[in-house]
Amino acid sequence: MAKPVKLLAPATATTEPVWVRVALTTVALGFLALFILLPLVTVFVEALRRGWEVYFAAIVEPDALAAIYLTLLVAAIAVPLNLVFGVAAAWAITKFEFRGKQFLITLIDLPFSVSPVVAGLVYVLVFGAQGWLGPWLQANDIKVIFALPGLVLATIFVTFPFVARELIPLMQSQGTEEEEAALTLGASGWRTFWAVTLPNIKWGLLYGVILCNARAMGEFGAVSVVSGHIRGQTNTIPLHVEILYNEYQFAAAFAVASILALLALVTLAVKSFIEWRDERAHELASRSAAAEDSEVLRARAAVASVPAKVVPA
Amino acid sequence: MSAVLAWARPRRSVLPGFGPAMGYTLFYLSLIVLIPLAALALKTSTMTWDAFWATVTDPRVLASYRLSFGASLIAALVNLVAGVIVAWVLVRYDFPGKRLVDAFVDLPFALPTAVAGIALTALYAPNGWLGEPLAALGVKVAFTPLGVLIALIFIGLPFVVRTVQPVLEDLDKELEEAAASLGASRWQAFTKVVLPLLLPAILTGFVLALSRAIGEFGSVIFIAGNMPFVSEIAPLIIITKLEQYDYAGATAVATVMLVISFALILVVNLLQKWQQRRA
Repeated sequence: MAKPVKLLAPATATTEPVWVRVALTTVALGFLALFILLPLVTVFVEALRRGWEVYFAAIVEPDALAAIYLTLLVAAIAVPLNLVFGVAAAWAITKFEFRGKQFLITLIDLPFSVSPVVAGLVYVLVFGAQGWLGPWLQANDIKVIFALPGLVLATIFVTFPFVARELIPLMQSQGTEEEEAALTLGASGWRTFWAVTLPNIKWGLLYGVILCNARAMGEFGAVSVVSGHIRGQTNTIPLHVEILYNEYQFAAAFAVASILALLALVTLAVKSFIEWRDERAHELASRSAAAEDSEVLRARAAVASVPAKVVPA
Repeated sequence: MSAVLAWARPRRSVLPGFGPAMGYTLFYLSLIVLIPLAALALKTSTMTWDAFWATVTDPRVLASYRLSFGASLIAALVNLVAGVIVAWVLVRYDFPGKRLVDAFVDLPFALPTAVAGIALTALYAPNGWLGEPLAALGVKVAFTPLGVLIALIFIGLPFVVRTVQPVLEDLDKELEEAAASLGASRWQAFTKVVLPLLLPAILTGFVLALSRAIGEFGSVIFIAGNMPFVSEIAPLIIITKLEQYDYAGATAVATVMLVISFALILVVNLLQKWQQRRA
């Protein structure tokens, strides 16, 4: 791989002049500072504008606590369900060959392309009072829309592809040889999965779960459609932030929002850690492979240098 | 279901579990995604064509499409240029704090949209850090279409960077050396050698950013001001119609958006095929 150039090193045939490098770096960092750093800093500055007391009061207020509890509950249901689906889908897609595989992957990715508002709407059309199952649900006194099940369904929809999409390329690159070896040695299918496949994919799995969880806790558009916005009952954290903001309680809105911003920062930190780990493992693997290669070469050279007469005919 | 399984029967694999894994995948996919989306199509099909057409070509709805597509297109173009520059700087140059900067590129993916929305609004409001100096220059951002554009640039930012970065990392530097040894200037080597190789990745990132921007809701509604005919986006029209119990109207507008999403997915798939042929 090409080595990155130090910004102020002299130009060579395949690097740009110093002024170009400095200019491009300044433009890139300026753009990122304007669109990423400033909004992030704004959240915390606005949250603490009226002091720590107002900040904590906004977070421990009963409606805020109810929103935090509801958000955790929704994520605790939606994320494991998508985790199981992601593993099953990745197993079927990467360990077997079948027709229509690419089409299946496209269908799994579909929720990423659908507007969150449309995602919420489709559940209203199925489960709402005017929907397909509306009359039946009403007759049996089951609430889906404007209640927990609707929030969970909408959240599952928008976070649907995360785990599968992390696992598919990873398991594709790992192939099926290790599992085949385990089966040949007499392991059962489950044991092969737990002892061979799972250790191989655990970091990719964690990565997918982290991204899935961040989106599940932060989703706004889809849950906004199915929530009904009942304070203290069907408001998740993002919806609570919206209500506070629309009531001009800016410090409180940003205080509650800062919890979600912290969650985003933790997500990025874990993601970077996993990437850094991956890179290091990769480097170690290629270094030991190179060392092995040179050992083989040395051994061959040693064999070649042995005089022919010593080798038994 | 069993017919589908038989149809998709795997070829020569000794591994177990295809049936249950595939069966569960199709069951869950149908339950969560396919059947609800079919409900949308079915609801639309109960409308007469005239009623459907009248709803989706209503002047207020048309104005919202124009804003959603126009702003998304401009935002994706801004992200295309900025994304290529950011990816280039992250791959080719070395500067202190590079890892941190690289990690923060994904913030728009991780930060909930509502949080981004209120933060951008506070920033660009007439009394905000950026809004105040801009207002002094006579530029209004918050509560105008310009605000919509700013929010859409924010949420689409990582797409081009993350599609271009891996391709640029794998790019063989010998190609550029060859160009230089044949007398090409650095600019010529970039435009004639590097850029054509990056093009499929750049366009994929562009279409992904565009597709995300068209459907975006949370980060936009706070900063947009939501004035009918001026700063009202298409997803908000759906919400407004739902709040008025106009389910048919909401469904019609949603169907148009869904068709556009499908078209964009198709474009992304074609672009990825193109890229695989290149590789």
